[in-house]
Amino acid sequence: MVEITIRKRPQTEAVITQRKFFKKTARGKVVKVLRERYLRDDVACGIEGCRECSTEISRLLPPSGGLEHQLFPNGHYILPDTNVFLAQMDLIESSLFNPPMILLQTVLEEVRHRSLPLYNRLKALTKSEDKHIWVFYNEYRSETAIVREENETPNDRNDRGIRTAAAWYNTHISLTHTPIRGQKQMPHPTVVLITEDAANRQKAEQSGIVSVSVRRYVEAMKDANVLLDLLSAEGSHNIEPTKAAAGRQALYPDYLPTPTLIAGVKAGELHQGHFNANQYNYLEGSVPVPAFDKPILLVGRENMNRAVQGDIVVIEVFPEKDWKAPADEVVDQEAIQKNDDAEDSGEEGDENDEEVFSKESRVLSGSSNQKPPSERQPTGRIVGIIKRNWRAYVCHIDSTSLTSTLTTSLSTQTVFATPVSRLLPRIRLRTRQAPTLLNQKILVTIDRWDSTSRYPEGHFVRALGQVESKEAEQESLLLEFEVPYRPFGKAILDCLPPEGEQWVVPPKGEFDLQNIWRDREDLRDVIVCSIDPPGCQDIDDALHAKLLPNGNIEAGVHIADVSHFVLPDNPMDSEAAARGTTVYLVDNRIDMLPSLLGTNLCSLRPFVERLAFSSIWELTADAEIVSVRFTKSVIKSKAAFTYEEAQIRKDDPNLHDELTNSIRLLNTLAIKLKAKRMAAGALNLASPEVKIHLDSAESSDPIDVEQKELRETNSLVEEFMLLANISVARKIEESFPQTAVLRRHLPPPKTNFEKLQDILRKTKGFSLDVSSSGALAASLDECVDAREPAFNTLVRIMATRCMLSAEYFSSGSVAKDTFGHYGLASEIYTHFTSPIRRYADVLVHRQLSAAIGSTPLHATLHSKSHVERVLDVVNRRHRMAQMAGRASVEFYVGLALKARGEQARARGEPDVREDAYVIRTFRNGVGVFVSKLGIEGLVTFKRDTQFDAENYTITVPGAKEEVKISVFDKVVVRIEVEKDKNTQRGKVKMTLVEPVDSSAF
Amino acid sequence: MRSQTYHDRANVNIEVAIAAFSASERRKRGRGDKRILELSQTLKSTFEPVIQTSLYPRSQIDIYIQVLQQDGGLLQACVNATTLALANAGIPMYDFVCAVTGGVHSTSPLLDLTLLEENDLPNVTVAVMPRSGKITLVSMETRLHVDRFEEIFRLAGEAGTVIHREMRRAVKDRTEQLVASMQSVGRPSTGADVGDNEY
Repeated sequence: MVEITIRKRPQTEAVITQRKFFKKTARGKVVKVLRERYLRDDVACGIEGCRECSTEISRLLPPSGGLEHQLFPNGHYILPDTNVFLAQMDLIESSLFNPPMILLQTVLEEVRHRSLPLYNRLKALTKSEDKHIWVFYNEYRSETAIVREENETPNDRNDRGIRTAAAWYNTHISLTHTPIRGQKQMPHPTVVLITEDAANRQKAEQSGIVSVSVRRYVEAMKDANVLLDLLSAEGSHNIEPTKAAAGRQALYPDYLPTPTLIAGVKAGELHQGHFNANQYNYLEGSVPVPAFDKPILLVGRENMNRAVQGDIVVIEVFPEKDWKAPADEVVDQEAIQKNDDAEDSGEEGDENDEEVFSKESRVLSGSSNQKPPSERQPTGRIVGIIKRNWRAYVCHIDSTSLTSTLTTSLSTQTVFATPVSRLLPRIRLRTRQAPTLLNQKILVTIDRWDSTSRYPEGHFVRALGQVESKEAEQESLLLEFEVPYRPFGKAILDCLPPEGEQWVVPPKGEFDLQNIWRDREDLRDVIVCSIDPPGCQDIDDALHAKLLPNGNIEAGVHIADVSHFVLPDNPMDSEAAARGTTVYLVDNRIDMLPSLLGTNLCSLRPFVERLAFSSIWELTADAEIVSVRFTKSVIKSKAAFTYEEAQIRKDDPNLHDELTNSIRLLNTLAIKLKAKRMAAGALNLASPEVKIHLDSAESSDPIDVEQKELRETNSLVEEFMLLANISVARKIEESFPQTAVLRRHLPPPKTNFEKLQDILRKTKGFSLDVSSSGALAASLDECVDAREPAFNTLVRIMATRCMLSAEYFSSGSVAKDTFGHYGLASEIYTHFTSPIRRYADVLVHRQLSAAIGSTPLHATLHSKSHVERVLDVVNRRHRMAQMAGRASVEFYVGLALKARGEQARARGEPDVREDAYVIRTFRNGVGVFVSKLGIEGLVTFKRDTQFDAENYTITVPGAKEEVKISVFDKVVVRIEVEKDKNTQRGKVKMTLVEPVDSSAF
Repeated sequence: MRSQTYHDRANVNIEVAIAAFSASERRKRGRGDKRILELSQTLKSTFEPVIQTSLYPRSQIDIYIQVLQQDGGLLQACVNATTLALANAGIPMYDFVCAVTGGVHSTSPLLDLTLLEENDLPNVTVAVMPRSGKITLVSMETRLHVDRFEEIFRLAGEAGTVIHREMRRAVKDRTEQLVASMQSVGRPSTGADVGDNEY
C-alpha cells in the first residue's frame, strides 16, 4: 500500500499549480474556472527500455523508433499537433499509417474541445492494437508543464506546450541513450513534430526540433501513393485558432407571425400542407399542396426551416425558374454529421459547422440542373408552422456524442439521440444518465427548436429496454406508429356481457329475456363453414352455398354480429373508435375489442351458436345476382378450415359430403366472380408479403422467412367478401345518402406513373397505359419477361407504389362520382366483413341494421361531421397499423437474417446471399428489392459511379470491364445484419456480389 | 430557543450557508434548500455524540459554516473544519473527527476527490474518530461495487488518521501560538504594581 501523504503546497506556487481560464457556458455566461494541478516527476515517456521511466504498462513505443521512413533513417517518433488530428483523422485512422506516435495530453484535450466525436475516434485509436500511440501527460510532468503567459492566446500557449514537450523528449532520449563505455555510440531516434502551422514549424526549428508538414511526411512514406489520397484538402490552409465563442447566430430564418400566415394562405400567396421528410436524403423534404400537381420540394436545411415530419407548415413557393428536380443521391445524416458536437453545435465560427455546411452545400449543388424539365418540381421554403406534430420518438443515444462513458458518471451531458425513423433529425438532449442509456431504446420528446440551434432540443422520457430485445423493439414499434396498446380499462370491460365466457345464445322462445331472437333468422341448420389463415382466433366471417330447386344458387356470407355487443356511445365503443383497427404484428396482436368479444363471443367458432349478420344472395349459375337480402341471424358453423385444409378438401375427389360440395360450389362462383371483376378492369396488384416462421410459440425466435403462398381458397374467400362489401355499400348508400360509411380508392394522378412508365420504356421497351384501371391491368399483364418470371411481380409492386391509398369517407362529404374504388373497379365499396378488427365495419353494421329496420340508427350516425371525424381517425389508424405491421415483419426478417447468417457461418459458408432486383438507381448506389425476403435495401457505393439519370443506369467498375446496372436488373446481394456503431440499431446491410462485388467500393 | 434546551446536555445547532459564488457556476441556495438541510443534519448527527454535551446542560452550541469556495469534498471539509473550530473554541470532545472522500477510477483508488471526479466516479465520504478507530459517518450517493467498497472504505479510514496527524499539528501550533501570545501579554500583568491595585 502506498503511503498516504498530504500534499499541501504554498500559495506562492499557485502560478504553476493552478490552471485558470475563462469559459463561456451554453447560456452565454462566462465562468472562471480554476483547476489545481499536481505536477509529478514520474510521468513515463513510454519508450520501451527507457532507463529513467519505469512503467508496468506493456504496450510501449519501440525503443529505436520507426525505422521505415526515408527522411529519418535513424528512427523517429512522430508528435503531431492538434490540427493534424482535426483535419487528417482519416489518414491517422488508416491501417497503413502506423509510425510510433506520441500523443500529448495538450493535443488530446484540444481535440476534445474542438470536436467530441473526433476525440472519441482518437481515443479509440489509442486503444487499438495495430497502432503505436503513447499518450504522454505532458501537462502533469513538471518539466513539460507550462503556464500561459500574459497576452498569450490559448492556441499559442498550447503550441508552446507541444514544442516544450517535443524538446523535452529529444533531450530525454539523448540522456537515456548516452553511450555505455566500451560500446559504439548508437544513433538515437528523433522526435518529429508534425504540424501544418508554418509559424509553429519555424519556431520549432529555431529551438532545434525537427518538424515537417503532414504532406511532406506522408510523401516520403512507404505507401505514400495510397495515403496521399486520404489527405484532406483542407490540410493546405491554416485552421483558425480557437476563438472565444461569439454570441449565437441564427441558423434558420424566423417564422412569420401567425396572422400573416393565415392571411397569406387565404390570399393564395402561401400554401399550407403536411411536411414530409425524405428518408433517403435528410436535406430534402416535400409538402403536397392542393395548388400544385407535384408536391413542393424543399431543398436544404434553411428552406425546411426546422420542420419535423408531420408538421403542418406554411410555404412560400419560389419563382418557376428556381424549380428543381429532386436530388438523386443518398445523403445519410449520420455520415455527414458524425463529427458534430452535441455540446456546442450551432455556434458561429464553429469549424465543424463549416465542415458540415460545405459538405451539405456540395451535396445540394452536386445534382440538380442536368435533369429534364419534366422532372422539375416547384420549390419553396417554409415560412411558418401552423401546428407541430411532435410526439415522443423512439431513439438511441449516439455513443460518440458522449463526454464520459463511465457508467458511474452522474454529470449532466449533452448528447444526441438518433431517432429510429430516418425521417427525423437528431435530437439534442441533456441527461445525467447518458452512459446507462447507451444500449437502450429510449423515448425522447422534442421540446423546442430555436432558430439558433441546428438540432431540436428534447428531453428523455423513459427507457424501453435493451436494444434488440423483443420487448423493447415491440414496444418501440407500437410507440413509433402511435398504436394504443394499453390494456382495456375497467369501464370498457364493464360493457361486456356479464356472463363472460359462459355467454350463450339463449334458446328461442320465452327464455329469451333480452329479445335476442327478435328479427333474427334461424340459420343454425345451414351448412356454414369458415376459412381463415392458420391459427386465426378472431373468425369474423363464415360462408355457405347451396343449390336451389330452381337451379340457382344460394350463397351466404355470415359476419360476426359485433354491433350487437358493441353498443353506440359507450366506453367500449369510444375505445374501439379511438383504436380504429386491430394491429397485427408478427408475434402479437393489439386488439381493437376486448378479447372476450374478439376471440370468443363474436368469433364464429365451429359447433357453437353465434350471432351473425348475414348477407344472402341468390345467384345464377353464371354468378349473376338475382336478389340479395340482409338479415341478422343465428348460425352454427360446421367447420373452421384453414385455407390449406379447405383446398385439400375441395381437391379430394373422394369427398362428396355437403360441406365439401358447398365449398366447391362457392369456388366455382368465386372463379366466375373474379373473371367478371377482372373484365371490369380490376387490378391484380402485388405487394411483397412474407411469412415468418417462428421457432416455437414461446421463444418466438424466427428461423426463416418465406413468401406467402396464395391458394384458390384465398381467392374464394376474397371474392365473397368483396361481393358482400359491394352489396352492403349499395344498400347503406341508398338508405343513408348523407352519412353512409364507404371506402374509396381514388384513381392515381397520371403524373405518379410518369417515372415508372419512363423506366419501363427505356429499360425493357414496355409501355404502360394508365388511362384507366382496366387499361393499366391489361398493360401490366403484358409486362412479362420470359427469362424473368419475377419481373411481372416487380412491376406490379412498383405500380402499386404509384397509387394512392384507399380511404374511408362519409357519402355526404364527397361528390358521388368520386365514390369509385380504382383498384377493385367497383363504383361503390365499403368494409363490412371484419367488424372484430376494423371499426369502420362496426359503423357499417349499425347502418345496415338500421337500413333493414332491425335497430334504429344511433343519432351520431346521422351526423355527417361526426362520421367524418370518426373516419379520419380510423383512416389514420389504419395507415399506422399497416406500417407497424410492416415494420414488425422487417424486424423479424432482420432477426431471421441474423440467425441465418450465424447458421451459415457455423456451416462455414461466408454469408447470406439472395437474388435481388434493382428498383432504383442513385448517383452513389442502387435500391434493390429482395423478393424472397420481401425487403427493400440500399446498396451504396463510397466511390462515385457513372450515373445516367436519363436511362436509369449506373456504370460501375468491374473486375475486368465496367458493368452497367439498370433498373430491373437481377443482381445478387450479400445481406448482413450489422449493428450501427453509433445508434446500436440493427441495420440490414446489403452489398452487391454479382455482377460486381461492391464491397471494395 | 427555550423549547430546544435539554436539562442534561447542550443542544448542538449547525447551520450551513453556501455562498452563491462558491462554485464555478453562480447558484443561489436558500436557507430551506434540501441539500443544505441534509448536509447540516448529517453534520449534527456526526458531532452530537462526539462533543461532550453533558458538560453544558441547558445551553446551546451554535456552529455556523460558511462555504466561500468549493470544488468537491464539501462534506469532508465541513466535518474537518467543524472539528478544528470546536477544538479552537475549547469545546471538550471525546475525539477528533477526520473525514475524507475516497473514490475509484476503473481499478485505482483515489482520495480527496475534486468536484469533477465526484461527478464521474463512485465515491464515499468516511469520517473516523482516529483515537478509537470508530467510524462516525459514512455517506455515499453513488453506486459502488461491494468488492471495491471494502478497499475504498479501509483506505479512507487510513487517510483519516493521516488527516488526524495534520489536524493535531495544526491544533498544537495554534495552541502554542496562543500560549506564546498569552505569555507575552501576560508577563507585565504579573508585575507587583498591578497586583497591588487588584488587592
